[in-house]
Amino acid sequence: MKHRERNLFITACTLPALILFAVFALYPFGKAFVMAFYDWSGLSEHARYIGLNNFKTLWQDDIVWKALVNNLFLLLVVPVLTMGASMLFAALLTQRKIKGKKLYRTVFFFPNVLSIVVISVLWSFVYHPTFGILNSFLELIGLESWTRAWLGDSSTVLWAIAFPMIWQSIGYYMIIYIAAIEGVPTDMYEAASIDGASAFRQFRSLTFPLIWNVVRVTIVFFLIGVFNGSFAFIKVMTNAGPNHGSEVLMTYMYSQAFNNGNFGYAMAIGVFMLLITVGLALISEKLTERDSVEY
Amino acid sequence: MTTNAIAAKGWRILTTLLLALYTIVVVYPLVWTVYSSFKTTEEFYASPFALPQGLSLDNYVNALARSRMAEYFVNSVVVTVLALILCNAAGFAAAYVMTRYRFRFLAVIKRFYIAGLFFPAAFSIVPLFMLLNQMHLLDSIAGLSIVYAVSAIPFTIYLLSGFLASIPKDYEESATIDGCSLFGVLIRIIAPMAKPGIITITIFNVMGFWNEYIYALSFISSEGKRTLTLGLAYLMEVQRYATDWGALFAGLVLVMVPTLLIYALLQNRITAGLNMGGLKG
Repeated sequence: MKHRERNLFITACTLPALILFAVFALYPFGKAFVMAFYDWSGLSEHARYIGLNNFKTLWQDDIVWKALVNNLFLLLVVPVLTMGASMLFAALLTQRKIKGKKLYRTVFFFPNVLSIVVISVLWSFVYHPTFGILNSFLELIGLESWTRAWLGDSSTVLWAIAFPMIWQSIGYYMIIYIAAIEGVPTDMYEAASIDGASAFRQFRSLTFPLIWNVVRVTIVFFLIGVFNGSFAFIKVMTNAGPNHGSEVLMTYMYSQAFNNGNFGYAMAIGVFMLLITVGLALISEKLTERDSVEY
Repeated sequence: MTTNAIAAKGWRILTTLLLALYTIVVVYPLVWTVYSSFKTTEEFYASPFALPQGLSLDNYVNALARSRMAEYFVNSVVVTVLALILCNAAGFAAAYVMTRYRFRFLAVIKRFYIAGLFFPAAFSIVPLFMLLNQMHLLDSIAGLSIVYAVSAIPFTIYLLSGFLASIPKDYEESATIDGCSLFGVLIRIIAPMAKPGIITITIFNVMGFWNEYIYALSFISSEGKRTLTLGLAYLMEVQRYATDWGALFAGLVLVMVPTLLIYALLQNRITAGLNMGGLKG
């Protein structure tokens, strides 16, 4: 009796989450791989197995390569700049002598709670050619020649999208890094100051190696965040324009599926995108590998 | 002053300057949006930095009238609440059993959820679209709520498991001896003790659901079912051609204000919860 109650309880608690997860997450995930090998126009019943043909098309599709380059640009620029800035702020805001630390933390983190749509609309205003503050600011300081339609110019559009992404996530990583830095035992710093190490030296040779593991974990977060996040930013700000100038694999997959009805081809792009993400995660794992320091 | 003292002072000024500069980068666009939302169309074509002449509420009236913002707001609330109930209930029960009991397939199930933490949501959006279509859950508030709930289940289980593992087992044991049923233990003993964890995950999930855009864009097609983020994106598209910029700024402020208020109230819990998420290396 006791045993039956226990089993019943375990089943009743585990199954709802498991069924939901299996049906709405695992099944579509697996299905996506299968679909990549079919010629499928979406809602019709007819799906024809065509082997690797979708991938052959993909290989010869110029837009895929353009999108990949754009993707890689964002995957490089956004994490590097965000990490640099958030690490700098975290280092500054854990110094003892800075006033108003809490206020800075609160303010810098705020963009992170805003919806990506809100941020995208907001920055579209900032970049707006007629009433945007960016162009007006440049005119104000005498740099008229720099003004342009930031989102309409294919040479600046990716930077114009990268910046709001960075603006949003700096606070998030800053908070994570601050917690990591504060987790370093203070007596280690005391020893270092006695040895006469400057603040900068202390950070470089003491703090940074000690929080390296946290930094590594955040790299994987970045990869996923940029893949998922860039889609919403681009969709609202430029809709992949001008002339595919801000096309990334995700937006291309989306338009192939929902605008052109090429569901099979869309999933081939999706699989390609996933392979690249996993590949990058493994590469960054390898590159950042060094003996972790314990304390 | 010694050179050392001068260097220290210069360093401090530089630091303060840097922090102040970035504060402006964060705050000014927000403040600018708020005061611009009171501008008339003519004022928009004057200097963008200038303050508006008066505090006219016309833009807000326009935004509300033209875009059914109030309806979108209600939809967002309904979707968020439904998804939250489903996700928290299912996630809490599963997290509890998975931290306290040993049973068959436990290791496999755990591995699935951990993998789920790292699925890029966008990848399976097309098959999910077709699945919802077959289940008649496309263009439906309920369908969207289920999708939201499921997308957050791995993280909910992960965060709550970490929290539940820190609660000592003695309480449950004595309650069971006193003849409390296993469900009774879960609801009456564990749930109250896990309250801080549940509050943290609730904040995370509410923010995630409230701000979500990709799923809503893909699965909602009728105007009456749009969520707030979806409504804002459409408002932007419509106004781009109508050039009624004031209404768009007003719409943006309307969407931003609830988030700002909640952030002001819960800011400490949000940042503390971020670290509870287990990012300890």
